[in-house]
Amino acid sequence: MAEVKEPVKQEQESWWSKKERKLVIDPLLDNNPITVQVLGVCSALAVTTLTFKALIMAISVTLVTAFSNLFTSMLRNYIPFQVRMIAQLVIIAFLVTVVELTLKAAQYPMWKDLSVFIGLIITNCIVMGRLEAYAMANKPWKSFLDGIGNGLGYGAILIALGIVREIFGKGTLLAGSPFELKIIGPSADFLLNTQNAWLSWYAPNNLMVLPASALFLIGIIIWIQRSMQPKLIDVS
Amino acid sequence: MFSNSYIIRFVLVMCVIVAVVLAIMSSGLSEIHAKNEAVFNKRAILTSVKTFLPKPLESMSDAEVEALFKDRIQQKVVKLDGSEVTGVVAEQVDMAKEKKKPEADRNLPLFIYKADDGKPYYILAVRGSGLWDEIWANIALQDDFNTIAGTSFDHKGETPGLGAEIKDNPAFPAQFVGKKLLDESGNFVSINVVKGGVSDEMHDIDVISGATITCNGVQEMLKRGLGYYQNYLNKLKTAG
Repeated sequence: MAEVKEPVKQEQESWWSKKERKLVIDPLLDNNPITVQVLGVCSALAVTTLTFKALIMAISVTLVTAFSNLFTSMLRNYIPFQVRMIAQLVIIAFLVTVVELTLKAAQYPMWKDLSVFIGLIITNCIVMGRLEAYAMANKPWKSFLDGIGNGLGYGAILIALGIVREIFGKGTLLAGSPFELKIIGPSADFLLNTQNAWLSWYAPNNLMVLPASALFLIGIIIWIQRSMQPKLIDVS
Repeated sequence: MFSNSYIIRFVLVMCVIVAVVLAIMSSGLSEIHAKNEAVFNKRAILTSVKTFLPKPLESMSDAEVEALFKDRIQQKVVKLDGSEVTGVVAEQVDMAKEKKKPEADRNLPLFIYKADDGKPYYILAVRGSGLWDEIWANIALQDDFNTIAGTSFDHKGETPGLGAEIKDNPAFPAQFVGKKLLDESGNFVSINVVKGGVSDEMHDIDVISGATITCNGVQEMLKRGLGYYQNYLNKLKTAG
């Protein structure tokens, strides 16, 4: 008995061991919710036209996954098995509403711009997936880290897409935020002025504004990631 | 295994807690939400006269927008027959609701902006349908009630890169500046959104490629929406 108890005790004492680090880092790379599990693609196509929009969405989803994992894990022994999906949904819907009300108070134009997609975090497969797969069976602190990791893994892809789409589609970076950068466009206040003779051939790529471009970009990211990590390739 | 009564109690307690927390939060923040919404609408109205503002709208803080709106804008509500409505604030007219009423009963908001040089600009609100959902605009007229001084468009759900260009591409609203609503004899003809190049410099603007239905919606919205104001504007013209 004593032998069994010993390692359990050690595990509880350490808050930031190798195992915890793995929980946060794994979803960023080898177990990324978008590129490896291919979850949450719907919102990745819709909200990545602007980097700032993608950033706000990434933060919102990270908060929701982290805290829904935490609350579900805390309640996991009290949630009746028969109604666990409903209970999880109540927790997710609660957190999404909190995020939405806060965003509406703090960043009204961005809230208006994201419109239904904040509410649709409720149906984001990543959130529900993590609750079912992880939080229902693990302790609160670990579940919280798992939520942070998956939120960040989703957010990293979103922001990467947002940067590429905004620069090539609109010529700006972080438009709508106080840190707007003008990269390429037809007037003197842009970093690269397309009115100059040597750049006059340039036109913004209108495809980048459309959702389809995000699908192509995600495809390219998946391609690069899998050619670098052959173990991710599904042989079946 | 959990009993049925435990399940019911669990779900009820959980829902009550969640509902109470959200209700408190929602009512606590409702004042800030209402204020944000008002500032957002004020910015949309001021965008149509942005070239005549004392400083660029983007660099103005929320408080400055409110102060400018209070100092420089006179609000009126008019009806189709040209009469003025009292007791209604133009800012609080909900165009989406007005659209459901019969035309003669609709409240039409009118904002009169006084520029630095004392010149008034008449801002009219119009609302119509695009491809997927509603579109709306604020149209600023010079004091001849004929020449367009500026416009700002918005939409609920037009396609990004196509129909949404009415808002996202600054070149589209800019095309309207200087166009006339009336023909030489003073009859209302509105603005036409045409394909294949502008032929009538006074009344035509270029369509957005790939957004024909949205642009048809814009043309219809302007013709109908600006038409509602003509009785009142004619009254002002003969009075002034």
